Amino acid sequence: MPARYKSVETKYMEERDRVLRALRKLDRRTFLQVSAAAAGAVAAKGLVTPHSFQLVEVANAAVDKKWAQTGEKGNPPFTFAYISDTHLYTKALNERFVRGALKAVEDVNALDPQPDFVLFGGDLAQLGRADEMRLGAEILKEVKAPIKIMVGEHDWFLDMGETWQELFGPPSYSFDWKGVHVVTLMSVYEKDFWTARHMSPDERMHTVAGLDNGIQSRFEVGDAGREWLKNDLSKVSTDTPILIFSHSPLYKYYRPWNFWTEDADQVQEILKPYKTVTVIHGHTHQMLSNRIGNISFHGMLSTAWPWPYAPEGLPKLTIEMDRADPFDQFDACGNGRFNVAEGGLVDAVYNLWDRNPVTITYRYLASNGSEGRPPDPKSLSY
Amino acid sequence: MKIKRGLLAISVGTLLGGAIYLPLRLQAASEPPSHFVPPPGAGGVVVGLCDGETSIEVPWLKPGQRMTNEQARAVSNSLMSKWRERHPNAEWQMAQAGPNQAMAPAQAAPVQGGVYERLTPREQKIADIETAKFIEEGKEIFHDPGKLGGTIGVSCDMCHPDAANTHPETYPKYQTQLQRVALLRDMINWCIENPVKGKPLSPDDPRLRALEAYIISQRNGAALAYGKH
Repeated sequence: MPARYKSVETKYMEERDRVLRALRKLDRRTFLQVSAAAAGAVAAKGLVTPHSFQLVEVANAAVDKKWAQTGEKGNPPFTFAYISDTHLYTKALNERFVRGALKAVEDVNALDPQPDFVLFGGDLAQLGRADEMRLGAEILKEVKAPIKIMVGEHDWFLDMGETWQELFGPPSYSFDWKGVHVVTLMSVYEKDFWTARHMSPDERMHTVAGLDNGIQSRFEVGDAGREWLKNDLSKVSTDTPILIFSHSPLYKYYRPWNFWTEDADQVQEILKPYKTVTVIHGHTHQMLSNRIGNISFHGMLSTAWPWPYAPEGLPKLTIEMDRADPFDQFDACGNGRFNVAEGGLVDAVYNLWDRNPVTITYRYLASNGSEGRPPDPKSLSY
Repeated sequence: MKIKRGLLAISVGTLLGGAIYLPLRLQAASEPPSHFVPPPGAGGVVVGLCDGETSIEVPWLKPGQRMTNEQARAVSNSLMSKWRERHPNAEWQMAQAGPNQAMAPAQAAPVQGGVYERLTPREQKIADIETAKFIEEGKEIFHDPGKLGGTIGVSCDMCHPDAANTHPETYPKYQTQLQRVALLRDMINWCIENPVKGKPLSPDDPRLRALEAYIISQRNGAALAYGKH
């Protein structure tokens, strides 16, 4: 037979070789997932043995085909966990929030296998005091995995970030992790609203701490911050997957509650050229998902208290969480983790305390909600 | 001379009659007029009209027996028609003043809308200002752990910005955790006791009333839906 025609046997053997090579390269957990999926598919079809190896490959959609065929080492998948919005008061004043933070640390330490690192999502302190921040640092020291920390407005506006930077370093920084470029972006700057009102630092902090007073300015990354981001990203190719850690959502959800970034459009412009971008943000204390263009957005849970959903502006891809049961102090709070697959595709796992966990997959967001939709909540907030 | 004697007799008689009759009449006028109701002839009950003269007998009604609404209406209708027979040219004034009334508004009979439609603009303004002030008080307490009496720095707005997710329109409802039917004030007090860690407020406490006012004002327009969980 001429070379361009391949017999059925040849095609079959080539496919088998490809898949077996791919199987060898999988890590243990993915292998188990793949074989479980294959077994499931086989059982569903009522076959005894698979008559095609395609079932195995399709089951692991995240495997880079090119990588499987050529054996080149790509971006290995990894997991990182998060603890966010602990809003700590000193122990003498308030144990409730401390207990929440400790519970999250326990959860994260119990993960097996351990995550690569643990992201702290901001708002470590409640009123920006040094003793609150030191208490937070003490609690976070108990976390076994390395911590990547991020600042929130509750940490910043008492002394404009002095204590924070002393304890934890610069509020914006970036690093590379297993082929993904990770940027922690300070996104809770505010235009000066306190000088004209002759506010003391305490009054300024209390104003920022209130969600609904409407006096504070809206969050922004600011001109300097955007310059820094542009610069930082210019060193990276547009094919590299990007992860942005930000405290404010980097899109516009609900202005009266500062669930909002004033210069979100400009930030999204900067992120536009990059093929795979995922923004992970705190501040909203609720399950929150969005997709704008090429950017996926995931909100993190708080360990301290839940916010209800805003009366308008909720992104339509968001699967709401059931409203909090006031009689259960940990309800609608929690922590979670992010599974970063091949190509920087991120699945968000919400570990809601006292409830079943919920996973928001990359597939769900990328398909605009038509595939992989998690179950809907039974009792909405209203 | 017979005519003169006749005239004299008549005039004296009139005077005497007047002298006897008029005092009696005046006396009667100072007392409420008593209605002489004839005794029942057919063994039923005689019902008298308020004019003091008209009455009809209801033969099937026993003394002390209650009538149904329809039966009573039938009796009063027949009384009314009997009265109209006697006074064919009379105009029956209905209780509510019609548009042809020449009376000044202040003296008019009760208007359809009741008392609230008669607030003057000044009264309405005062009412609005006072209500807004009270709601503002409630808003301040809502946002302040100290004013709530809390001891751990937690205030209501932490879980309920703009009083969101308080749904006051769903009370009263049975709360298993409280083992009673809860009103809004019961939930407010539970929250003050538990997440806020303060002392529950007495129902008369102006703070509790102000908090209720604020929470309800933020939910203006929501349809009442008591019992909704």
